[in-house]
Amino acid sequence: MGALGRGVSRVRSFVLKRGLDADLEAEIAEHIALATEENLRRGLSPTEARRQALVRFGGMDLAKDQQREARGLMKLDILLQDLKYTFRTLGRDRGFSVVAVLILALGIGANIAVFSVVNTLLLRPLPFPNSQQLVRIRPRNPKGGESSMTYSTDAMQSFQQRTSAFQQITGYFAFSGPDNARLISTGQPQPITGLMVAGNFFPTLGVTPVLGRNFSPDETFTNSRPVVLLSYPFWKRQFAADPSIIGQTINLDGTQTTIIGVLPDAFDFGAVFSPGAKVDVFTPASFSYMEDWGNTMALFGRLKPGVTLGQAQAEADTIFPSLLFNNKHPDWGGKFDAKLFDLKEYVSGKLRQSLIMLWCAVGMIMLIVCVNLSNLLLARAAARAKEFAMRAALGAGRARIVRQLLTESLVLSLSGAVLGLGLACAIVAWLAHQGSIALPLLSSLRIDGAALVWTLLIAVAASILFGLAPGIRLATGNLQAALKDSGHGTSDGKSHQHMRSILVVSEIALACVLLVGAGLLLRSFLHVLDVDLGFEPSHAAAIGVAFDDGGLAAKRGPILQQILQRVEQIPGVESAGITDSLPMSTNRSWGFMPKGWDPKKQGETQDTFVYVVTPGYLHSIGMRIVAGRDIRWDDNQKNQAVVIINQTIANYLWPGQDPIGNIAEVGGADAQVIGVVADVHETNAETKAGWQMYLSETAPQYGPAGANLVIRTKLPPASLASSVMAVLREINPNQPANEFKPIQALVDHASSPRRFFVILVGAFAGLGLLLAALGIYGVISYSVTQRTQEIGIRMALGATASQVQRSVIAKTLRLALIGIAAGALASMLVSRAIAALLFNTKPGDPITFAAMVVLISAVALLAGYIPARRASRVNPMVALRNN
Amino acid sequence: MGESKLDLLQGTLDLMVMKTLAAMGAQHGYGIARRIEQASGDEVLLNQGTIYASLVRLQQRGWIGAEWGTSDNNRKAKFYSITRSGRKQLAKDAAYWQRLTDVMGRVLAMPPEGGL
Repeated sequence: MGALGRGVSRVRSFVLKRGLDADLEAEIAEHIALATEENLRRGLSPTEARRQALVRFGGMDLAKDQQREARGLMKLDILLQDLKYTFRTLGRDRGFSVVAVLILALGIGANIAVFSVVNTLLLRPLPFPNSQQLVRIRPRNPKGGESSMTYSTDAMQSFQQRTSAFQQITGYFAFSGPDNARLISTGQPQPITGLMVAGNFFPTLGVTPVLGRNFSPDETFTNSRPVVLLSYPFWKRQFAADPSIIGQTINLDGTQTTIIGVLPDAFDFGAVFSPGAKVDVFTPASFSYMEDWGNTMALFGRLKPGVTLGQAQAEADTIFPSLLFNNKHPDWGGKFDAKLFDLKEYVSGKLRQSLIMLWCAVGMIMLIVCVNLSNLLLARAAARAKEFAMRAALGAGRARIVRQLLTESLVLSLSGAVLGLGLACAIVAWLAHQGSIALPLLSSLRIDGAALVWTLLIAVAASILFGLAPGIRLATGNLQAALKDSGHGTSDGKSHQHMRSILVVSEIALACVLLVGAGLLLRSFLHVLDVDLGFEPSHAAAIGVAFDDGGLAAKRGPILQQILQRVEQIPGVESAGITDSLPMSTNRSWGFMPKGWDPKKQGETQDTFVYVVTPGYLHSIGMRIVAGRDIRWDDNQKNQAVVIINQTIANYLWPGQDPIGNIAEVGGADAQVIGVVADVHETNAETKAGWQMYLSETAPQYGPAGANLVIRTKLPPASLASSVMAVLREINPNQPANEFKPIQALVDHASSPRRFFVILVGAFAGLGLLLAALGIYGVISYSVTQRTQEIGIRMALGATASQVQRSVIAKTLRLALIGIAAGALASMLVSRAIAALLFNTKPGDPITFAAMVVLISAVALLAGYIPARRASRVNPMVALRNN
Repeated sequence: MGESKLDLLQGTLDLMVMKTLAAMGAQHGYGIARRIEQASGDEVLLNQGTIYASLVRLQQRGWIGAEWGTSDNNRKAKFYSITRSGRKQLAKDAAYWQRLTDVMGRVLAMPPEGGL
């Protein structure tokens, strides 16, 4: 019989355990009977004969154990036994078990949740087939917002024809805002979000519609039959997931459009390309129609198999400079360049550092949890020292005792893992539905197989980590000492207490690091909130406005003026204005140059963010005019164009001079500078303002890219929503039911990633502090209990209650101070590592460090005060008598 | 306490059991234990119980077989007998022991002052 056969027979014998045990019993009984008979024959008395037989047989239980061990899976047997025993002891000590499992659940739950986030954003590939071939193509110097991150359709098509590194070049129209289209059916027009994509967009990504088909090439021609692809959520919401919708037509902005397909549920445009955005419908971009629109397409490509990013970059470097901006107007030039990014890197690369920091923070929490549990178990082990000494005295091997302890910690940590998994599921499900957090891929967050494996890994590693310390201590402990040590009346063993103190100190040090990290991030976040944005987001709100000027610029002015007059009459509205793009929302940029400027000598001017606005807008959004005047309704003459510039432009082009009255070339025509406004953070609070200009909405040559009505009010904006909508409907019955959005929401959205990390790291720091406090309390409280008699004697000898209290608190503070010192040192290293994530905050920020020291000391004092009070109330008589 | 000693003892017992079965034919546990004691001239003080672990071990290796039968006084008893592969193993192990004892004998008979 080979090893395999032996294994099989062992498993068999484990399964048939009961029967085989009975066999053995019968065999032994027969053995004793035969021996007794033989002894009887030798003339012994019946009792003596049996006694002799048993003596010769030796230890009955030992023989059985040996036979069982030889027979089968002794290990499994022991494990079951250990488990049974574990459940019994844990059940007896219910308070301890519940606390331990809860602590573990918090630690493990946080770890799984963060792992899932890290896994989704960093580790897992993008949700497209062969996603490593996908590349984002972007100009090298994106100073002017989206316009400087995009390409003209002509450049895009030329590159597609000339590239040999890419299989496909594709893109989408980068200037779509939310609610940019109207779905007109019965009742009020409904605002929906549409996006124009290149005809090959979905095939290039490898996305196949679940119903219907992708765009065909002829559907991308101008004046071809209008078609649309629906996103899965929109299909479910709007059409109740009706599969027969394919081939039917819907009215989009007055155009009958045929639905040709539904995209898969797993495809979430916003998640990958524009965090926080949701797109309802996709339409094919007609390149010939868009060729005069300038830079419009965000460009992507799929590399040919085997082509590296470097090779593609080298090719792009030779092709892009020769691409024309507009093929019909070669004289308009091109000046294109391109930087290629791995798409995954482009989407989440800038979050890598933050995510790693988060991962470390949560790892530290797990360490604190382990230390804490180690401490709890040590306390428990001390109480159980006698039990284990007894077991050892009765013949249990050390290995067996350690195994028993590890089984206990494994059971605890697996229970914690199960509970933690539940917690993590809740967190992850909640996070996945936070559309307001501008983090990519968040909607695809889920707990997957990798997360489960990670859970198991953490649970097992943790159980070994926190179970081993007490195990080793117990197993190496002197048996006799243990029996003596845990006797009543003496203080706990020195080395034992020492070990627990070390654990508490390390716990405090870890909490320090977490607190400093969280503190620095919080300070950064507060600084971000403190930034002068250049506008006043509070008390302002915006709504997308639809108006019908029949394409006549001359009609636009009066219509908008009418809207604003009517809206300003609404009680509570202080002022109102209209802009085509809001700050921290969509943007575009044009050229801006003083008249007579020579780019060759004086340097290129910067792409300038352009906002086409009505009078009153600057005031309504809360911008400050620092020189000159606002735009007026009569700034409507083509040959008397006006422009308001921001301080950045003024300081660069006219340093120390008054820019008012200068003439600049804006979009190829002259405009007079009439005002200067304070810089607005157009993208987010953290990046510096670019060049910005504001043009008159009534000037015929500046086509606005949409219209957003901004109102300023002292009332909560939501309370005005219905009256504003009523006015808009009255003027234009086709006004869709757009959302009335506080401007603050735009700002919050822009800072949401930072808020996300601050909240998480802050929560972890809080948890770490709580656990550290628990650890301090546990150790001090335990030592007080152990020393009750000693305290009693001291008090009997004349120590006052306050002396006793002081000595306990002093001990607490000593531990805390050592921990803080170690933690402060570690924090200095850690804070330097996260320096890049901070905003206007130095890694060694003294306020943060001081706050950490004060906070931890206070918490330590509190945690030590409770046992100290208890110690001071010890009644010497009772303490002495009880022991 | 060392493990090597225990192993040796174990190995020895297994060998004795096999030899007993080879010499006596099918036998129950008590019979084997008694026979070993007798053959050793009662010099081995055997904890008879330990023989059952040895019997299971040998069975699992396929060197002995077992079946329930009736003992001399008509009670149910388990009878063990050596298998063919058991005999082969016995020959091998016996030869090994023989060599080992020979060597040990010679080494221990070494004269005190190393004059080989």
